[in-house]
Amino acid sequence: MIEIIDVYKNFGDKQAVKGVTFNVEEGEIMGFLGPNGAGKTTTLNILTGYLSASSGTCRIDGVDILENPVEAKRKIGFLPEQPPLYVDMTVKEYLSFVYQLKKCSLPKDAHLKEVCEVVKITDVFNRKIKNLSKGYRQRVGIAQALIGNPKVLIFDEPTVGLDPKQIIEIRNLIRVLGKQHTVILSTHILPEVQAVCDRIVVINKGEIVANERTQDLINAVDGSRKLVAKIVGPENDVLKAVKALPGVKYAEVLGKRDTDSTSYLIESEDKIDIRKPLFALIARNGWYLIGLEGMELNLEDIFIRLTEKRKEKEIRKTVKRVRKAGEE
Amino acid sequence: MWAIYCRELRSYFTTPIGYVFAGMFLAVSGALFSATVLLQADTSMMSMYFLSLMFVFAILIPLLTMKLFADERRTKSEQILLTAPISLGAMVIAKFLSALTVFAAVLGVNSFNFYLLYIYGNPSLSYIFLNVLTLFLIGAAFIAVGVFISSLTESQLNAAIGSMGLIVVILLLGVLVNSIPVEWMRSIIRWFSFIDRYATMSSGILDLSAVVYFISFTAVFLFLTVRVYEKRRWS
Repeated sequence: MIEIIDVYKNFGDKQAVKGVTFNVEEGEIMGFLGPNGAGKTTTLNILTGYLSASSGTCRIDGVDILENPVEAKRKIGFLPEQPPLYVDMTVKEYLSFVYQLKKCSLPKDAHLKEVCEVVKITDVFNRKIKNLSKGYRQRVGIAQALIGNPKVLIFDEPTVGLDPKQIIEIRNLIRVLGKQHTVILSTHILPEVQAVCDRIVVINKGEIVANERTQDLINAVDGSRKLVAKIVGPENDVLKAVKALPGVKYAEVLGKRDTDSTSYLIESEDKIDIRKPLFALIARNGWYLIGLEGMELNLEDIFIRLTEKRKEKEIRKTVKRVRKAGEE
Repeated sequence: MWAIYCRELRSYFTTPIGYVFAGMFLAVSGALFSATVLLQADTSMMSMYFLSLMFVFAILIPLLTMKLFADERRTKSEQILLTAPISLGAMVIAKFLSALTVFAAVLGVNSFNFYLLYIYGNPSLSYIFLNVLTLFLIGAAFIAVGVFISSLTESQLNAAIGSMGLIVVILLLGVLVNSIPVEWMRSIIRWFSFIDRYATMSSGILDLSAVVYFISFTAVFLFLTVRVYEKRRWS
């Protein structure tokens, strides 16, 4: 449904997008993940025809965005990072304007009503956009993208600046929309794509660093688990015992968080749950386990895993070396 | 295109801009008309009135055009236009026409001034008609200038000041040209000068070359506006 082939974009000397290539299949919800400034917005702007690529091709449903922009744009509903709203209009006027702008042929009143019901803005239909809260404005932005029932929906960071309740609502909405549309959801929040997307494309510094099914990606980078344990007991003995525990790949002291307990970072081998043996070990030695939490995988971890694996190993080696030198 | 035209036209009257433009235009024009024609009781001063109106355009037309592109660029609402299934040319023309419509409507209302002349005298209809037509064409050209300048900046204030500056320069060219000592430069500038072009029309002679000149001038600036958007897309 969406093909992006070897797209480059230069802003003066700066290369914002470097040879980005990926496909999105029909009916798929694709998460487009990357830190701020990675080139997400630029890529999406090229895909929607707002910017032109310096080189490369973008096709929507087989139609090239540069060769036949009007036809290609007809197939896209786009919610930019900042919803493109005319705040002096009411929701009704604004959506009617978009309906006209997109030269929509669906029956107008019924279509607008349906869209408003899907994004739940029926209650503010006659209110001026400038009087709406950020959450509602975001929904009006989504409604605008839905007008004309386009095949492809592209959302650029749709949950930025919303409160947690609104974020969940928008995510659920995107999930519902994904049943009938092909969706690209750009974000820098990992749980967001985990919750919603079938597939994740990760971009960093203008280059695609991963393009995999969500579960595969999570498994690939989450094979080993990190735990933070708070244990009361003699620090050196505890660390030695924990390191000796079968299945533990790595352990280190994070520091004393309060008076008598020490925090340890414990990383286990792939697909091994060490929580039970760890508990048994601590109980056996008469120590106390007063806290145990799994460290959630975050975007930084993904990038470290994907792009900087070597660096991490080097850092770890250096730390060990420095410690050994200190001990000697 | 129709959607953008209607939205822009409507926004002139949901914000004070449309009313301020119409009010100021009619007030200043009425005062000028009284001073140059009615109080003098002399219709031969009409050309003076029309000429001063052109300088009034320089101040007022930027009010109409300043927000057209600059404001959309600032609020990023232009993204909906640029990612909608319409061409850049249609977008620029729709916005231009919306400003032109307001201008033409106000110019139309302003024409009631001339009705007064019919009560007290017998002025030449063709003379008045030609002058109003020329004013309309010059107004359209200035609107195109304003549209172009508005597409260059994010600030409405910059757009307004820039357009005023450029329009004043265009008008002053015709006034200052006589003090240029080089003959060939004078003739080139005269060819471009609005005031010189207007002079023929104002005498009641339909000068087709002037009509074509004003329309081409408008088209060139609209084309440049489209180019500004294309360039932004590529750079």
